[in-house]
Amino acid sequence: MANKGILGRKLGMTQVFDAENRVVPVTVIEAGPCRVVQIKTPERDGYAAVQLAFGDTKPSRLTKPELGHLKAADAPPARYLAELRVDDVSGFQLGQVLHADVFAPGERVDVTGISKGKGFAGVMKRHNFAGQGAAHGNHKKHRAPGAIGACATPARVFKGLRMAGQHGGTRVTTLNLEVVEGDAERNLLLVKGSVPGVNGGLVFVRSAVKAGVA
Amino acid sequence: MNRTDLVDRAQLRDDVPDFGPGDTLKVHVRVVEGNRERVQVFQGVVIRRQGSGARETFTVRKVSFGVGVERTFPVHSPILARIEVVTRGDVRRAKLYYLRDRIGKAAKVKEKRV
Repeated sequence: MANKGILGRKLGMTQVFDAENRVVPVTVIEAGPCRVVQIKTPERDGYAAVQLAFGDTKPSRLTKPELGHLKAADAPPARYLAELRVDDVSGFQLGQVLHADVFAPGERVDVTGISKGKGFAGVMKRHNFAGQGAAHGNHKKHRAPGAIGACATPARVFKGLRMAGQHGGTRVTTLNLEVVEGDAERNLLLVKGSVPGVNGGLVFVRSAVKAGVA
Repeated sequence: MNRTDLVDRAQLRDDVPDFGPGDTLKVHVRVVEGNRERVQVFQGVVIRRQGSGARETFTVRKVSFGVGVERTFPVHSPILARIEVVTRGDVRRAKLYYLRDRIGKAAKVKEKRV
C-alpha cells in the first residue's frame, strides 16, 4: 500500500541531463504544498488513510460544510481534496504540510490523472484495431472493426466486445515512474516519462504499489 | 514564460556562441573511455538547428574518408566542452539538406563576406 503521496498540477514535459550527461525526458509537476486535513483510523473509520488538501481558492467557492471541514484542521480554503490510503497513520498529524521532497530521487511512484478526452472514437484509435485494406475493392469500410461475432449461435453480440465509443477523459494511473527530483522550495517534482492528463490538470502522485515487482 | 521554464533555465549554458546553418564549427566533445576523459574535436558544417530552450539541437555534417558523417548535439549538452566557430557561411536556407546530395567542390558552403 502507498505510504506517501502528494497532490499536484501537471505543468508539462521537458528534458534534463542526468549525472552521465544523458538526456532524460521528464514531466514537471507542481506538487504541493498539501495539508493533512483528516486522519482516518481503523478504529474509527474501518481503514487507515489521510485526507490531503491542495490548491488555493477563494472561501466563496466552497460551501459552509467544506469550509468547516477544513477549519477543523486549521487549513486555508483548498480546491482539491483526496484521500491517501496508508499502512500506518502514526507518522501524520492533522494540519501537517507535505512538500515535493516527500519523494527522493530514484524512488518509484504511480501517477494518477484524468486522461485527455478524445470524444467518440472509432476502434482503430480506441482499441488499436488494424482496420481494413485501403484497396482490393474495399468500399467505405477502411476503419471498420470487421466481424463482431458468429451468426445463429449465439445470435447475439457478447458483452464487453470492444467497439467505438467515448475515448479518454477517464481516470488513468501510470505505474512505476522514476522520480528524478523533488524540489520543496519551488514545489516542483520531476518524474521520468509521461503522465496522464492535460497540462494544468490535477495529478495524484503516490509511492508505487508494484515497485520491486519485475 | 512557459510553465516548464522553471526547470529548463537551470539546464541552459551561457557559453554557447552565436552560430547558425552554414557556419563551420569545431565541436569539442568530451569522450569518456573507462575512467579517463578526453576531448575529441568534430569539425564540419552546421546543416540544421532546431528546437528551443533546453531541447534545442544542431546537426554538424562532415565528410570523412569519402563518407558523409552527421552528428546531432543538444545545444546545451554538458558533453560539449566548447563550441568554436571557424567560418561563417553564406546560405539562403535554414536547413542545408541539399549538401547531402552534393560531392566535392559543389558541397562547399560559400563564406560570408563581411
